[in-house]
Amino acid sequence: MSILKRHQILERSPTLLFVFSFLVVTIGGIVEIAPLFYLENTIEEVDGVRPYTPLELAGRDVYVREGCYVCHSQMIRPMRDEVERYGHYSLAAESMYDHPFQWGSKRTGPDLARVGGRYSDAWQVDHLNDPQSVVPESIMPKYAFLNDAKLNPDHITDLVKTHRLVGVPYSDEMIENAKADFKAQADPDSDWDGLVERYPGAVVSNFDGQDALTEMDALVAYLQMLGTMVDFSTFTPEASR
Amino acid sequence: MSKEKLKSDAEETHDVETTGHTWDGIEELNNPLPRWWLWCFYLTIVWGVAYTIAYPAWPLVNSATAGLLGYSTRQEVAQEIQRVEEHNAEVSNKLAQSNLSELSTDDPAYHFGVSGGASVYRAQCSQCHGSGAAGAKGYPNLLDDDWLWGGSLKEIEYTIRHGVRNETDSNAHWSQMPAFGEILDKKQIVSVAEYVLGLSGQDNDPDLASIGQTVFAQNCASCHGDGGEGMREQGAPRLNDAIWLYGDDRASLIETITYSRFGVMPAWGQRLDDADVKALTLYIHQLGGGE
Repeated sequence: MSILKRHQILERSPTLLFVFSFLVVTIGGIVEIAPLFYLENTIEEVDGVRPYTPLELAGRDVYVREGCYVCHSQMIRPMRDEVERYGHYSLAAESMYDHPFQWGSKRTGPDLARVGGRYSDAWQVDHLNDPQSVVPESIMPKYAFLNDAKLNPDHITDLVKTHRLVGVPYSDEMIENAKADFKAQADPDSDWDGLVERYPGAVVSNFDGQDALTEMDALVAYLQMLGTMVDFSTFTPEASR
Repeated sequence: MSKEKLKSDAEETHDVETTGHTWDGIEELNNPLPRWWLWCFYLTIVWGVAYTIAYPAWPLVNSATAGLLGYSTRQEVAQEIQRVEEHNAEVSNKLAQSNLSELSTDDPAYHFGVSGGASVYRAQCSQCHGSGAAGAKGYPNLLDDDWLWGGSLKEIEYTIRHGVRNETDSNAHWSQMPAFGEILDKKQIVSVAEYVLGLSGQDNDPDLASIGQTVFAQNCASCHGDGGEGMREQGAPRLNDAIWLYGDDRASLIETITYSRFGVMPAWGQRLDDADVKALTLYIHQLGGGE
């Protein structure tokens, strides 16, 4: 009995065909995906990458909710024109605490992987309120309503815990202080020493200029952090990777 | 279809081998695929295998195979950047090391700077200052000869390198106008606004303005000058002209006086290399207002 004849056994039974197709796809998937979890060169070790602060995390949720990724990527590709325009190409480690990642696949607007610190907080707020007021040729929609959306710290500890559950190394101390850190980051007059100690490099500022803690604060805090964690003046990625 | 045609089809089919499958008297013919198609198919398989040998592909224990050609995207971009840098090295180094005011406008390094600066400007600066450099509310116009922190090559370069009122560079320009809402009462604020309207040649209420003049002399003149001519060391804007960063109407003036303003510019020296900062300086200086 030739192998083709044996194949008829599969072709004639839908159940068997389904089971064996599933098996083939599973093997293919394992070969392609599983190595990424154990290979040492998937994510190179980089100093400076830390879990997001509670406020940044909340801002990231606003970013995801508003679908910013539909028009903005967060992935600077290793090509000269991209590096000239946006800065050093993105490293895998820089998005390793993203669940889900925000690499995006389409650029209607510019890449945002290194937008942090490029513009002032006031510009970010002006621009989100009314993009055309600062960039007349822009087609971005207005997000002024974020100024009025007050943020409630009730669920922030749960949010941080959830991210720990999926593998972000939040410490017990970070979780205990999540609520306090959440409020402190948008209030320069508060006691934010602990926050900066727990999350080195976190920027403390009243991002939206209002007293109340709003989604605008959170989103701008998130944007101002993007791409700033790795200090490329002291770190050179291995060229052969 | 005619009977003859059907017949000839039936005859033809008997020349072809069947797979042996029959159903209701219908047989499945075993027509082979065209040979050219098959060869293309085999070729793609060979190509695929060869590709995974030549380029990084197969996952092993600790890392993936590097591929016989030793290709790396990172190396490629590094080489590409190096190639362009080497190509521009002569003018670029000259620009980076030059004292801009001594650079002749005939010098190739000058032209390299102006056009290089224009592209840096579009990528980094246009978002705030506008793609045509005309600015926006709160973001200064760079086309005119009104400069907050000075318009000479040296002053422009300093502003670009260190920025304004940012937290990241300790050498950034720094000054802060007090929020006079906490210092003056409402009437004083309104009257000084009237006075300032007069300074910039707009219609105002003369009675209020005369009260405002005293308020101005006591509170504002130390930075903005007795006649509202401004003071660049403080980044204090000139008030006796028609150029207004945050609006020239009564309401905007009162808002500015009450809450003050705090324009921030990042320190671009931390993001751009020397040649780019100087190129940008040359570009902005030649836009129209350079001193």
